Amino acid sequence: MEERRIGVYVCHCGSNIADTVDCAQVAEYAKDLPNVVVSRDYKYMCSEPGQNLIKDDIKQNKLNRVVVASCSPRMHEPTFRRALQDAGLNQYFFEMANIREHCSWVHTDRAAATQKAKALVSAAVRRVYHHEPLEAREVPVNPNVLVMGGGVAGIQAAIEVADSGNLVYLVEKEPSIGGHMAMFDKTFPTLDCAACILTPKMTIAGQHPNIKLLSYSEVEDVSGYIGNFKVRIKKKARFIDEDKCTGCGRCQEICPTKVASEFEQGLGQRKAVYKPFPQAVPNKVVIDAVNCRHLKGRAQGKDICRICQKGIPNKSIAGCETGAINFDQKDEILEVDVGNIIVATGFQQFDPSVIYQYGYGHLPNVVTGLQFERISNASGPTNGEILLASGKKPEAVAILHCVGSRDANYHKYCSRVCCMYSLKYSHLLREKLPDADVYQLYIDMRCAGSGYEEFYERLQEEGVNFIRGRAGEITDTAESPEEKDKLIVLVEDTLVRRKRRLPVDMVILSCALKPRADTEKMARTFGLSRKADGFFLEKHPKLDPVATVTDGVFIVGCCQGPKDIPDTVAQASAAAARALALISKGKVEIEAATATIDEEHCAGCKVCIELCPFKAISYDETKKVSRVNEAVCKGCGVCVAACPSGAIKGKHFTDEQIMSEIEGVLV
Amino acid sequence: MTTTTFEPKIVGFLCNWCSYTGADLAGISRKKFAPNVRVVRVMCSGRVEPSFVMKAFESGADGVVILGCHPGDCHYAEGNYKTLRRYPLLKKTLAQLGVEDERVRLEWVSASEGDRFAAIVNEMTEQVRRLGPFHQNRGKNVKA
Repeated sequence: MEERRIGVYVCHCGSNIADTVDCAQVAEYAKDLPNVVVSRDYKYMCSEPGQNLIKDDIKQNKLNRVVVASCSPRMHEPTFRRALQDAGLNQYFFEMANIREHCSWVHTDRAAATQKAKALVSAAVRRVYHHEPLEAREVPVNPNVLVMGGGVAGIQAAIEVADSGNLVYLVEKEPSIGGHMAMFDKTFPTLDCAACILTPKMTIAGQHPNIKLLSYSEVEDVSGYIGNFKVRIKKKARFIDEDKCTGCGRCQEICPTKVASEFEQGLGQRKAVYKPFPQAVPNKVVIDAVNCRHLKGRAQGKDICRICQKGIPNKSIAGCETGAINFDQKDEILEVDVGNIIVATGFQQFDPSVIYQYGYGHLPNVVTGLQFERISNASGPTNGEILLASGKKPEAVAILHCVGSRDANYHKYCSRVCCMYSLKYSHLLREKLPDADVYQLYIDMRCAGSGYEEFYERLQEEGVNFIRGRAGEITDTAESPEEKDKLIVLVEDTLVRRKRRLPVDMVILSCALKPRADTEKMARTFGLSRKADGFFLEKHPKLDPVATVTDGVFIVGCCQGPKDIPDTVAQASAAAARALALISKGKVEIEAATATIDEEHCAGCKVCIELCPFKAISYDETKKVSRVNEAVCKGCGVCVAACPSGAIKGKHFTDEQIMSEIEGVLV
Repeated sequence: MTTTTFEPKIVGFLCNWCSYTGADLAGISRKKFAPNVRVVRVMCSGRVEPSFVMKAFESGADGVVILGCHPGDCHYAEGNYKTLRRYPLLKKTLAQLGVEDERVRLEWVSASEGDRFAAIVNEMTEQVRRLGPFHQNRGKNVKA
């Protein structure tokens, strides 16, 4: 066997490691470990001089194995592997000892931390001895992209990718794209009308030759890996032939069934056959099977209604003229191949009815932020007039910040956008109801963003009453004549240290943005992890906020955490750029650490075939042995651990390597 | 009797995707915890062979923790279920070999649970410390 010549490099990481670990002592200790030829400590191993140290030693000291003791391999393993490659060594002749995240940052006792660092280095040295050369595999990248979610994030990402000439499957769960932004009235701080800036983008997405829009559809399953995903999509039955529907709206005029409109946040009504909002893309109706009289009757074997289809002949009212209504339509399953996936599933508004003392759900005129967006919106249920449930105009309105955010009982995090949209509401109220009193009850004003602080100043000049304090209760129990028939907001004004009772007519709850209820299911479908707050976890919070633990799957917009529209759009473009980078390269390197079966030792018991989660192992009937398809194998090692004959080797995680590492950590 | 506290050596087998990332997060968040667990990274907790655990005890470990993704969150779909299935058998074998139940622990730690990782390390360290060194006490505490 070739003589092992190991080089060990202990990184100070400035003071990050050196403050708690005696790096020189660790390097000195490593000198005496078996087969170590060179051992050094250095300020920054990841810097160019640091890497050159390794490269020069490989050449001058004929090193053939390298250990770097520094940060997590999740951070810099690729950096050092490249350095080895540059010096002409196989990149897998490298091992990293994590003495920062797992040692210096988490321990305080210098002696104990140094002792642990030595153990980790000893493990890496013993492990690297057994490392074998591996060749990274390259696979082609399918140029098609899946975008999951058709809010502003998904629309932006889809258009960017499609404009480059690549095909995008844009999947939206609802009957129309547009997401939350389509519900908004104005956008802060510029006060552009949300529809005016969003609908052109929706139309582009709907008509783009490179975007295949799959509305009213859900992703059921994702298999494969970066560059080569297979996605199963369920296109739910719309009961409408999309090719024939012109979106004229006749059916929804004559449909006799009225239900609360989701788009109008329950403030308005829609029919059982409906278009969620006038500018819907695609401009097609959908029949809501839960409420449609005919479909409900059909389930009980009755043939009733069908007014949308037939019209009302005795009143000379015609039904659908294009014959688009199809009650026999079934869910369709589509299988598509894509190379990259962009997840843009958005958020869900916190339901404030759980905070009983705020009265949402049982006191009239206590509304959520989204409800106010609809009330103020010209195409909303009140045609943009700010009205109370009674139809009268409010004389005083209170806006409560941080409902469900920055609250240990619900969500600890700040939802980031509420201060700004609350300011926007104040502006809309002052503009439409100049005589009304407007109160903003805030904890802190957080107005970080381009033009945001200026907007806050402007609102102070517009005559809004800012009160620092979180409201304790909203009640309709009047204690004085001026409180009669009012909602009274109880708050402690913490700036003047006084309890106040504010009689108002309307209360707007600026609710938290929370992870969608289906986040867990989505995480499993797309192989994503979640943060403690429930939103999807990015690969790195600072340096890679778009990628995820699953290569080729990106997250954008509020599914990653609350953010405003500019940040969402920027992140969407970033994800598109990442996907396009892979597409333009055309191929991607994937991990070489797969499993392989030694046919000499394989007994053909097929245990591994049953265990493999990726169906990567097949049975060779002629040789009576199992075989791994390395293109499909992801290297989890489950089969390696289970093989009763020890015939399966997990490359780069061999028994020998792991056993030596175990010995090493226990020195 | 010696007055110095016994510092147990514990080997932690951590899956790359959830638990190792969770341990990294503990570091990034500068959580402070006992230095007794030394981590061996595997791609999936399903790779942890019973022989690894035995090797650890043979090589001087006083305890072993196996950490994987929460059920349903496995990066490899279901590797952690394989670990879960194998675990009772492993515990049984270890008992026969004189390894007390409390010396080995299987837990799920997600990539976002840095706090949980730190807590498990501290708990496990205390638990094993109470049992004393494995090689000196081997078999004394086994009920089986």
